Amino acid sequence: MQLARVTGTVVASVKAPGLTGVKLLLVQPLDRHERPVGDQVVAADAIHMAGPGELVYIVAAREAAQAMPDTFVPVDHAILGIVDAVTELPGS
Amino acid sequence: MKLARVVGNVVSTVNSPALDDRTLLLCDLLDPAGQPTGGYLIAVDAVGAGAGEMVLLLDEGNSARQVLQAPGAPIRTLIVGIVDEVSEA
Repeated sequence: MQLARVTGTVVASVKAPGLTGVKLLLVQPLDRHERPVGDQVVAADAIHMAGPGELVYIVAAREAAQAMPDTFVPVDHAILGIVDAVTELPGS
Repeated sequence: MKLARVVGNVVSTVNSPALDDRTLLLCDLLDPAGQPTGGYLIAVDAVGAGAGEMVLLLDEGNSARQVLQAPGAPIRTLIVGIVDEVSEA
């Protein structure tokens, strides 16, 4: 699991049957200092509450589909939660 | 499994139900000498690890779900041990 910032929304009217009703958001993965790292990806919003600008945490691979109400879906990144705070140890 | 050091925690109130009441720790990945490699992962704590400790990190979903006895949970990264010592031959 890693931190990410929601940067936008994605709308697709033609999609695989399993993606019907799945909210798609564009996210930028972040390092632990909340700096962008790597390419933006499209993630399914498993909590249906994330929106642009929010700090979230995401999971990749098979576990992304496990987060969805129907688990046999073609999803490879999912938003698992909205981050309220990241606390780091002093000096780390 | 990977070596990592607990460097912080992540607080989230709006989350997937499977993650309710789970402790999320921010872990820096380490090389065998204990130096940060630059990567990090957010992990669910299964052993009661504390800040600053070197831990054993599992990054595979089936095993993680088995350890937590939570079939179907979207959890992949789990702290499964606290490392006392690493020695290289």
